[in-house]
Amino acid sequence: MRIGVMVCHCGNNIAATVDVEAVAAAAREFPDVVFATDHMYACSDPGQKSIEQVITDMKLDGVVVASCSPRMHEATFRRAVERAGLNRYMFEMANIREHVAWISLDRRRNTEKATDLVRMAVEKLRHNRPLTAKSFDVQKRVLIVGGGVAGVQAALDCADGGLDVVLVERKQAIGGIMSKLDKTFPTIDCSVCVLGPKMVDVGQHPRITLHTLSEVEEVSGYVGNFEVTVRKKTPYVDWTKCTGCGACLEKCPSKKVPDSFNENVSFCTAINIPFPQAIPKRAAIDPAHCRQFTKGKCGVCQKVCPADAIDYTMQDEVVTEKVGAIIAATGLDLFDHTKCGEYGGGRYPDVITSLAYERMLSASGPTAGHIKRPSDGKEPKTVVFISCVGSRDRSLDRPYCSNFCCMYTAKQAILTRDHIPDSKAYVFYMDIRANGKGYEEFVRRAQEEYAVEYVRGRVAQVYPQAGPDGPQLLVRGADTLLGTQVEIAADLVVLAVGVEASKGAGSLAEKLRISYDHYGFFLEGHPKLKPVETNTAGVYLAGCCQAPKDIPSSVAQASAAAGKVLSLLSKDKLESDPQIAMVTGNRCIGCGKCERTCPFGAIRMREMRDGSQRAEVVETVCQGCGICSVTCPVRAIQLQHFTDSQLLAEVNALCRTWDETSE
Amino acid sequence: MQNSRQNPLRTVDLAAMRDEAFQAAVASESGQLLASCYQCGNCTAGCAYTHDYDIPVHQVMRLVQLGHRERALSCRSIWLCATCQACTTRCPNNIDVARVMDVLRHMARRAGHAPEPTVKTFTDGFLASVARHGRVFEAGLAAVFAIKSGKPLQDAGLGPAMLSRGKLAFLPHEPEGQGKAEVAAIFERFYARKKQGGGE
Repeated sequence: MRIGVMVCHCGNNIAATVDVEAVAAAAREFPDVVFATDHMYACSDPGQKSIEQVITDMKLDGVVVASCSPRMHEATFRRAVERAGLNRYMFEMANIREHVAWISLDRRRNTEKATDLVRMAVEKLRHNRPLTAKSFDVQKRVLIVGGGVAGVQAALDCADGGLDVVLVERKQAIGGIMSKLDKTFPTIDCSVCVLGPKMVDVGQHPRITLHTLSEVEEVSGYVGNFEVTVRKKTPYVDWTKCTGCGACLEKCPSKKVPDSFNENVSFCTAINIPFPQAIPKRAAIDPAHCRQFTKGKCGVCQKVCPADAIDYTMQDEVVTEKVGAIIAATGLDLFDHTKCGEYGGGRYPDVITSLAYERMLSASGPTAGHIKRPSDGKEPKTVVFISCVGSRDRSLDRPYCSNFCCMYTAKQAILTRDHIPDSKAYVFYMDIRANGKGYEEFVRRAQEEYAVEYVRGRVAQVYPQAGPDGPQLLVRGADTLLGTQVEIAADLVVLAVGVEASKGAGSLAEKLRISYDHYGFFLEGHPKLKPVETNTAGVYLAGCCQAPKDIPSSVAQASAAAGKVLSLLSKDKLESDPQIAMVTGNRCIGCGKCERTCPFGAIRMREMRDGSQRAEVVETVCQGCGICSVTCPVRAIQLQHFTDSQLLAEVNALCRTWDETSE
Repeated sequence: MQNSRQNPLRTVDLAAMRDEAFQAAVASESGQLLASCYQCGNCTAGCAYTHDYDIPVHQVMRLVQLGHRERALSCRSIWLCATCQACTTRCPNNIDVARVMDVLRHMARRAGHAPEPTVKTFTDGFLASVARHGRVFEAGLAAVFAIKSGKPLQDAGLGPAMLSRGKLAFLPHEPEGQGKAEVAAIFERFYARKKQGGGE
């Protein structure tokens, strides 16, 4: 075998603390090495050209580059050797930057360690075999989980790009949190007016299949060929017949159902359409409150339905969808404000969450846009907003900033002054985070134009007291700028509750085989450079399921994810990575340990003609993690490019060096 | 404080004022991560005695963060703190603020600060009473405090009400059996160790 070695200076990154020329000189003495040199920047265009040139001139069979982490430039160099006619797996990289030059200033020992790493790479390369990627067909369809603004945007972008889209939403209608908002900051646009057209487009798009009241049950397969099982919960209404006329809502006798779309501020009927612009505009029965189900008799909706759509015997439906990629856009849940006992959330009716207040502000909400406090329906004259409820609070295990509460609080304070001109609005805050376009100006407007009183400090307690015109809430907090305790008698207290990961996010992540953090937010592939990818090929993220973010950021991430999916599925075939497990058939004893240990379900046991069992790797499913290989008691299953003989060659090279230095 | 001629604006020189040994001592004695305080003010917001403090508790925390030893140890607030622990309960960063106040009190006393002499008089009288009787003798303590504080009649009005409710006895009710001797032994051990230089 004829091996060439190139040692990179990386400017001063490596050369400052490693004698690269000495490393190259030492490499010339290694077995099979016929050429070794150093280069200022191996990854640069001239660097790559010289690698290609040397391969041709010296008739090399393999190349070692000693430079940075393979995460940086392995693909660059593999392409270079491929251009010169070699198989891309006849290349090895020794990381002498992150693993040597950047972690120590001892030039002599750095040079020794760099030489060791090059020796190991050469020994591994001597055991390398050319590997070839296989290609497979892809499904040109995408599954989007979650129908909030992120899911809606991703669905439209993918569908407009020519992909078939399956949109799965847990609730009865799409739109998510944004459909509940009254206005959006910083422009005070009507939220549902800007979202509505997009929701209508989703409902009417010929390429979009919408499954609402549905949840993902199971995901199998791999990038390009996922198979997803979706459970469609029955609405007890035949949606092919239902016209959304609302006759059933008028007649339903069960009228005291907490209206979750209105944040339980008001009640709805057991058969319901959540809001006027709902997509799909179809009625569904809540069996927990419907008298037909709780008492066994009623049937009013069935009698009044002009379309004859009500069917109490309907059952859940399970559908299977084959898709090539998946976008998770499962959104957020809000912090449970009843956990903050000192604010009286859940105890005092006039202490409400920001989203409940938002419904109150909305013209299509339970109070038709009139601000009325829940206890007595009076118009509040003093409204106190408390920021960071369930955010930036380690004692509640919520140390992170929820990103957009500062802004919606400013918006709600402005709207309060707009709705009730003789009212006073106070905002207790710790820091104001207004870093979007036009955001800081918006917060200034709240203070300057709308005279919202901002108080820098937290609130310690809220308790009821008698006011001049009826009961009030005394809000006691600190003004840290004054350095004193302050108190305000309020008619209504609005808690700016923070963002939490959606309930069930963890179990979905496990189905999708993606990682999630301690708080349940899904992990992106790289915090800077792969913000919409996950570490599972073919699965992408959009919106608040990844981290708290506002509407424009969610929309941008959704479009980015759609772009990633479109580029992935623009190819008719995908290449599979050949660095996967392979079974040596005659060694396998059929014990099945590998099948049980494989985290991806990539190993199947197959019965041979003589009745014995053999393990078999499903090439497209295997992710090349190598767990099976260490589990196998007879070394019958080997990870290609990381076989036992390759790894032992590296270990031997390293131990031989130690022997020599200890002599 | 800096010389006013060198610094006519009397700005606080953060580098010159920082007492790193003090910062480290408060951190280690209290066991609290002082840097985790982000000055939200929730301790002050819930504080029951802030109306009598010269420096509100969140600013005491700030002085400790900045290492301003003299101002932190000479303030009255640390002596007026009732250790009700509302601050500790409320702190979103899990800082035991009441413990920090306690540590500062100890340090202030070691350093000879007593900006609230009556508090010192009362605690000294309380301990002396416990040392003598094995448990506090309320009437005796009240009498001693009344004399030493120089305001003999300040609490006299409370006497009849407390007496009628059985809250005050004329004679000390010392613990039975070995109790009194055991309490006395604690004090002896403490003073013996203090004499050896073990501190308070």
